[in-house]
Amino acid sequence: MQVHATELTITIVVFALVSALGFVATRWRRAEPLHTLDQWALAGRGFRSWISWFVVGGDLYTAYTYVAVPALLFGSGAIGFYALPYVAIEYPLVFLLMIRLWSVCKTHGYVTPADFVRGRFGSPTLALAVAITGIVATMPYIALNLLGIQAVFTTIGVSGHWPLVIAFAVLAAFTYRSGVRAPALISFVKDILVYVVIGVAIIYIPMRLGGWTHIFDSYNAHFEAAPPHTATLLTSANQYQYITLALGSAFAIFLYPHSVTGVLTTKNRAVVKRTLAGLPIYSFVLGLIALFGVMAIAAGTKPLTGANGKPDTNTVVPNMFENIFPHWFTGLAFGMIVIGALVPAAFMSIAAANLFTRNIYKEYLRRGASAREETEVSKIASLVVKAGALLFILLIDPQFSIDLQLLGGAIILQTLPSVFIGLYTAWLHRGALIAGWVAGIATSIWTFYLTPNTALKQPHWGGTAFALSHLGMHTEVQLYIGFIGVVVNLVVAFAGTALLKLLKVRGGTDQTAPPDYFTDVADKEERPLEPELAA
Amino acid sequence: MSESSNPNEPAARAAATARRSDRSPWNWLLLIPVVLPLLTFVYNRETPRLLGFPFFFWFQLLFTLLAAAVTALVFLLTKPRS
Repeated sequence: MQVHATELTITIVVFALVSALGFVATRWRRAEPLHTLDQWALAGRGFRSWISWFVVGGDLYTAYTYVAVPALLFGSGAIGFYALPYVAIEYPLVFLLMIRLWSVCKTHGYVTPADFVRGRFGSPTLALAVAITGIVATMPYIALNLLGIQAVFTTIGVSGHWPLVIAFAVLAAFTYRSGVRAPALISFVKDILVYVVIGVAIIYIPMRLGGWTHIFDSYNAHFEAAPPHTATLLTSANQYQYITLALGSAFAIFLYPHSVTGVLTTKNRAVVKRTLAGLPIYSFVLGLIALFGVMAIAAGTKPLTGANGKPDTNTVVPNMFENIFPHWFTGLAFGMIVIGALVPAAFMSIAAANLFTRNIYKEYLRRGASAREETEVSKIASLVVKAGALLFILLIDPQFSIDLQLLGGAIILQTLPSVFIGLYTAWLHRGALIAGWVAGIATSIWTFYLTPNTALKQPHWGGTAFALSHLGMHTEVQLYIGFIGVVVNLVVAFAGTALLKLLKVRGGTDQTAPPDYFTDVADKEERPLEPELAA
Repeated sequence: MSESSNPNEPAARAAATARRSDRSPWNWLLLIPVVLPLLTFVYNRETPRLLGFPFFFWFQLLFTLLAAAVTALVFLLTKPRS
């Protein structure tokens, strides 16, 4: 296959530019050296409204989303649009939760969701469970972002894995040096590029293809031949799957450690609120991006063959861009996807590294670790996490990463009782929470296993839509596996708590007090950046 | 993890923390943008089309703007008076 030189050049220039920013970022808004996790991993908890909107948006909306959501609409029809209600409800859903989380983390210097759980329920074991869940769910997520980069390079005509290795080596270097400031500063470039590229494409492509009416008619016609015989409507079988996927994913996203990291970089509660109020704008843009999958049907775009020799629907959007736009613009769009992978990957590796440092290393390996040692360990762990994600892609069938990430959303949801309910009450017993976590994860894995994979024609590990007929029910209704898991989890956690309290088993000591959940910092402060954390 | 108690912390914090509660009847408004997108029977229809978009697509796109508007409204209505 021929290499498209213009596209490759522009993609590389964009990458080089943001990498330079990543290295410079170490000096950005810095009042002191990066020797504490508060500085390296949370940028001094000092980002204000506009910056935090870019930063959290850059953190949450990944390159994988940009290619996978349209790919889902391309391949599956209306059900793929579940991403829209998901990203529409997530912010009002967590609005009140996140300000409480921000306050309690600020008061006690918590860096990870597991830190909070440890303090709230007095249980390092429960914190370990939350930390391991976070790491396991995050690793394949990072790996999938690599797949986003890979889809771009496949389309450009560059085969082999070396572009991934180089991109990740550079990413690892500037994240190590600058911490969260690197992806934070790069988010500006990423997001501006996203708005420009999508803004142009959403107007230009429909014009070229003959208008929206024609696009949606072609879309429907394409799906008429096979069940569900429509691409623009949900069926009685999949509409519960649609709702439970949307609701489950909306709860799950703010349980992911990298989302919590993003929220904790903000300066005060008002910033958290303003940021959450502004983020649905990104959701609107994601909705538009999803429609590229619809356009690709009308445009007659075919997926290219991926690294594993099978057609890779993730290449649909890059391929359509290449067929429609001049090379320089396609190059810009590809650059956008590459940065769109790097920014969240940096956040995710930092968040996963912090979980290791705070809740495994400091808890079980070296109790007396100083703030400086913690930071060093996190920096190294962030390298290990990225190397691990890279090996995932290089050594194992990418399908495994995709499956694992789907499962990851379901298992991270199993930390909901500890983290989200924990934000409101310490009533639940630590033992019951651990039991619920085990039951929820087991249920998620079991239902995932029972679902056949229709696309690859395999009997098991088929995805996140569990047909209730597996349980002997006479219905065609399907539900999201994570949703089923969390229901089981909650039942076990509440019933278990009641039982343990009846048996008078001692619970953990709550180290937080009610006012801790309302701590705030004034908007205007004379002090530049939280000097009290310098020690 | 260390419960790092910072010597100059309490005074500044107490001053900055205006109210010790997030309770407000306005918070109930947040239910609207959360519940509406989950009611598939409301939007699982083809018509009326808008600019060529089936109802299913254009109506759901509006949910994102609804979320922004309601969340911003709740933020403004529950702002502590300074």
